[in-house]
Amino acid sequence: MNNFRFIEEKIAKVLMLFSVLVVSGFVFSVIYTIFRRGLPVLTWSMISQLPGGGFYIGQDGGFLNAIIGSVYIVGASTVIGLSVSIPVVFYLNVYLKRNSRFGYLSRLAFDVLFGIPSIVYGAFGFTIMIYMGLRASLLGGIIVETLLIIPIMIRTMDEVAKTIPTDLLESSYSLGATRIETIGVVMRQIAPAIATATLLSIGRSIGDAAGVMFTAGFSDNIPTSLSQPAATLPLSVFFQLSAPQVAVQNRAYAAAVVLTFIVLVLSLAGRFITAHFSKNKV
Amino acid sequence: MNYRLIKDKVAGQLMAVLTVSALLLVVAMGIGLYLKSAPILSQHSLWTLLTASDWQPMKGKFGFFPFLMGTLSVTTLAIAIALPISLLMAIYLTEYARKVFRKCLFPLLDVLAGLPSVIYGVWGTLLIVPLIAEWLLPHFPAYTSGYTVLAGGVVLSVMILPLLVSLFIELLSSIPAELREASLSLGATRWQTVRLVLLRKSAPGLLAAVVLAVSRTMGETIAVLMVCGNLAIVPTSLLNACYPLPALIANNYGEMLSLPLYEAALMFAAFILFFVVLLFNLASRIVLRQVSR
Repeated sequence: MNNFRFIEEKIAKVLMLFSVLVVSGFVFSVIYTIFRRGLPVLTWSMISQLPGGGFYIGQDGGFLNAIIGSVYIVGASTVIGLSVSIPVVFYLNVYLKRNSRFGYLSRLAFDVLFGIPSIVYGAFGFTIMIYMGLRASLLGGIIVETLLIIPIMIRTMDEVAKTIPTDLLESSYSLGATRIETIGVVMRQIAPAIATATLLSIGRSIGDAAGVMFTAGFSDNIPTSLSQPAATLPLSVFFQLSAPQVAVQNRAYAAAVVLTFIVLVLSLAGRFITAHFSKNKV
Repeated sequence: MNYRLIKDKVAGQLMAVLTVSALLLVVAMGIGLYLKSAPILSQHSLWTLLTASDWQPMKGKFGFFPFLMGTLSVTTLAIAIALPISLLMAIYLTEYARKVFRKCLFPLLDVLAGLPSVIYGVWGTLLIVPLIAEWLLPHFPAYTSGYTVLAGGVVLSVMILPLLVSLFIELLSSIPAELREASLSLGATRWQTVRLVLLRKSAPGLLAAVVLAVSRTMGETIAVLMVCGNLAIVPTSLLNACYPLPALIANNYGEMLSLPLYEAALMFAAFILFFVVLLFNLASRIVLRQVSR
């Protein structure tokens, strides 16, 4: 008579295993589909060459412009992002008291900023650029991507910085260090988090298309100054895919493979770092 | 000695300024987008903009209703697909699975969370859209294209799965073990414990997590742009094409500078997104913080 609850338990277990299978299936399906379609058409010249004359009707050339453009934008925004977010995390955790109102409010604000879609960042960045008289350019792309990744960085590092024991800070103070001089101790504690935050932000900004669409524009050349438009990998995939020629579409799929590969490496490296480099942690 | 104290103070103040300016970014975004969309708000009332379904920018007709319905339909569908899967998976990982198994699955979730929107879009056009076109459309002759609400919903649901799973896992593992033990010791099965104790205990948090996922789904741009068909109609079935708000903004940025009112209309679309996402995020984050305390 009471068997029903055991049957229920069985059914639930089957359903749960099924859902795990579905999710894993999705992961492999996405990666398999992208690689299956893109890998056979990927050639070295696509990665190493700029778009040629008849590029958009399917003639020779590659998407080196997009790779370099992405590297410029991601590299610059990561450096700027880190140099803004490390001080903010330090301030939130060392200068402010644990239950400070201001700390609560700013953490909430970063959570909210984290949730705002990149298309809105793009639109906002675009209005600022028009206001300042800028055109779609490398600089615009860097600004928007920086704004986009700062909340990610701060949230990731703050999660770890929050767990630093107060005793540790106090022992530093008791040796006569000021709060700013305690930064070495804090940095040592959050070093793995800085690495994960960097990888996360690189992954997010290299894959972001909606933010740079308005602000960085697109160009067949490698930008030589901040005021020139720059191509990016996701936009290169997107634009080439909407072309009618199969040869151009093939290049889009090849670019998608490159992008997927980069992101795969980044996310696996992130896991590895969190797992293996938390040695100095108290 | 004094120099060191001054350095400490100055550094603190500089960092405070950085933190405050990050705070102000939220405010600046809202104000900036609102000012940019002011021209269209002065010509049409908010109510007409939101409920009219005529979209002919060149004739000065800006009805956002099809786009709002487009966003609403793909978002609802995506949550409806992702919610049961992610909840079951999170329960399995926290309550049933062994540690080794968990360690193998987390990297998969990382990958799923890390893949860019455009890759999901390519996946959708390569796999989901043809699947719908070949398997489903022959049974429904009234519809002609695989680029549909259904395709958008499926792609979006996969994209929000990792977010939902990780939020659910966090919520479930914050419940004290004593509660589980109490329930088990009374003779309840594990699933009864989950259903009657854990899910009830974490209900507000679960709701907040879903709201958070909804706001994430609404803002996804490139993937939906690639698989939804982008027709400015009010979708009435899963096999209709639709045109969500972010896709509208992304698709028209090139031509919007031709008409001042057109630009204002697109910025208004961005403002709607910003406003809704802001509200949803604030509400759910505050609840989640209360829960985790």
